[in-house]
Amino acid sequence: MENEIKLLTGAMVALSLATSTLIIVPFLQISKVKPPEGLKPYTSVQLRGRDQYISNGCIYCHSQQPRDMAQAPDAKRGWGRASVAGDYFYDTPHLLGTMRTGPDLFNIGVRQPSADWHLGHLYQPRAYTRGSIMPSYPYLFEMKDAAEPGDRVISLPSGYNPAGKIVVAKPEALDLVQYLQALDHTYPAIAAAKISKK
Amino acid sequence: MDTVTILLSSFVLSITGLFVFIWSLRKRLFDSNADAAKIIFSEGEIGQVEEPSANPSQLKNLQKAADTDPRLPLDDDQKLRLAKELAERIQADKSTAFVTFVFLSCAVVWLVVASLAGLTSSIKLHEPDWLTTQGWLTFGRLRTIHLNAVAYGWAPMAALGTAIWMLPRLLKTELMGSRFAMLGVMIWNAGLIAGLGCIAAGINDGMEWLEIPWQVDILLIIGGSLVALPLVFTLQNRRVEHLYVSVWYMGAALFWFPVLFLIGNLPGVHIGVEQATMNWWFGHNVLGLFYTPMALASVYYFLPKIIGRPVQSYNLSLLGFWTLAFFYGQVGGHHLIGGPIPGWLVTLSIVQSVMMIVPVISFSINQHLTMRGKFSTLIYSPTLRFIVLGGMMYTLSSIQGSLEALRTINTIAHFTHFTVAHAHLGLYGFFTMVMFGAIYFVMPRVMAWEWPYPKLIAAHFWLVVLGFSIYFIGLTIGGWLQGILMLDSSKPFMDSVLVTIPYLKSRSVGGAIMTIGHLVFAFHFIAMALRFGPRRTGAALLHNKRTSILVGAQ
Repeated sequence: MENEIKLLTGAMVALSLATSTLIIVPFLQISKVKPPEGLKPYTSVQLRGRDQYISNGCIYCHSQQPRDMAQAPDAKRGWGRASVAGDYFYDTPHLLGTMRTGPDLFNIGVRQPSADWHLGHLYQPRAYTRGSIMPSYPYLFEMKDAAEPGDRVISLPSGYNPAGKIVVAKPEALDLVQYLQALDHTYPAIAAAKISKK
Repeated sequence: MDTVTILLSSFVLSITGLFVFIWSLRKRLFDSNADAAKIIFSEGEIGQVEEPSANPSQLKNLQKAADTDPRLPLDDDQKLRLAKELAERIQADKSTAFVTFVFLSCAVVWLVVASLAGLTSSIKLHEPDWLTTQGWLTFGRLRTIHLNAVAYGWAPMAALGTAIWMLPRLLKTELMGSRFAMLGVMIWNAGLIAGLGCIAAGINDGMEWLEIPWQVDILLIIGGSLVALPLVFTLQNRRVEHLYVSVWYMGAALFWFPVLFLIGNLPGVHIGVEQATMNWWFGHNVLGLFYTPMALASVYYFLPKIIGRPVQSYNLSLLGFWTLAFFYGQVGGHHLIGGPIPGWLVTLSIVQSVMMIVPVISFSINQHLTMRGKFSTLIYSPTLRFIVLGGMMYTLSSIQGSLEALRTINTIAHFTHFTVAHAHLGLYGFFTMVMFGAIYFVMPRVMAWEWPYPKLIAAHFWLVVLGFSIYFIGLTIGGWLQGILMLDSSKPFMDSVLVTIPYLKSRSVGGAIMTIGHLVFAFHFIAMALRFGPRRTGAALLHNKRTSILVGAQ
């Protein structure tokens, strides 16, 4: 090969083919997708919680994309129906994830509606699930001698409370839990899929 | 839009494009004359080994092992021309020495940082209550620091440092405008430090491989462009007719990367799941269209150079290059098999993933044929050991990748540690190994100083080979078992977690051994930079006695 112009033209043609198929065509297709009726936009508190989810790297162990029953028994684990493009209408950046070191969280708000459970579990996952390898997040909580007005004191299973102290959730933890509780995509898939396909 | 049409047209376009390019660039396709493959050798140099990191006895044995092809003695004219070319090459090397040194030093620092972050993250996966009181030490952030320090620190610094050193040699000219590269590398590293700081503080863009906030990415874009300038200038000033294989790979990669990085980081453009397809278009192409070609460029230069034999088949390398260009770009969708993205896209990516077998096989055959009859050179050349092993890992990781893209296998391997092991086979087993080899070759030329403690090179090699074997084999088995248990809905999810624990521990052991290897390497690098060890500069700068006398006579 003697000509660098040919080389670079070829290289750029190859890349633009890839860009068209993986970015431009999907963009055109997905820009027509409408949010399904059952899907609510996030509130500002939930969005703050979503930022905590991103900030602490939850996506590196948790996916948000249940697969179809034909491929994998995700639904049988209570993770919900297969997700469709419309489900992610309000999700920027996308948090699909690529790992399931922990379970899928697309419907965690339905599976675990209790804020107490979530707060305690963030503080010490092993107090709830024996053998869990999820990190504990003590930096999202404060240790205090006594609660002050407005403090959200968390209730831990016996034996996990630090001796003589109470554990108070910081705003970061409270926001994150609000986001997790909001993860509910149990509205009918068919309606959502129909809208996505239009 | 009709799915089948898109699928077919893209596939047909790829294939047609491929053939048009090969045809237009090489009209005499089956011509056995391969001048372009010999461009990296000066007259009479074929058959002559070059290995700056070998000690004198290794060098002697290496030459003996490589001496399988008969060589004609040079006449006086040829000797003169050779001496002139060698003198020019020394000039080319001198023009790159300082810049290359700066790049490679940064690379070594980031390698150590990334190893420590990676090892700590690995331990945290089986010791989840270790180091949890500080936000920046949490798994989610430390793991991300590991990835970014590799992806934007070690890998590009090593690849660009090697490229800056190789290009003037391949184009038989001096490096033009190296000041731009110096400024660029400073801005790039400042950006990377800021980016890692943001990730540690919990500020990130939320997408794998694209975590560094886009505001900080502006620094990386400015830095990267400044680094590219001298390479473009040098290309324009070339004094060779043929562009060698390595130049295609590096040239293309250096234009691909900025496009990828810019589109990937555009804020406010990408929407919903399209952002996910973009994410994996970027994530896979940064591997396939940047790191992979940069490492292949090194293999195509150093391997023939060390054993003194031109690449066996020029046509195969053409085929390998253009198939890589046309197929690799579209494989990213296989990261989203079973996900909420258009079905045609997934199918397309699976098809192109399987087509990747073509470039991989053409490269592997070429490497094997070039090495044929000379495998004993591996015993005597430290550089070659890293490079040939790296080349083999390229074959393995790509074939594994093609298989992993198939739906049946993907269903098990997706979302598990199996994928993590695979990613490391590519970026570590292949890319990093090749870069180690390249650095061992380049540094003696850059410093005009030999590696002070040759035994440390062997120690480095065996430590990383042992460590990585433990890492890869353990994590592959663990990930596979994890995937199988996850698909069995009669078993609780926790079973799929518990089954991985022994393998996660083995990964930490393997990772620790790899890290020790890297520390040995970093120590050796520093020792060389500080000019420790016996003074043996002559042999490092020139080929051997014969040529040094020739050059001396000039």
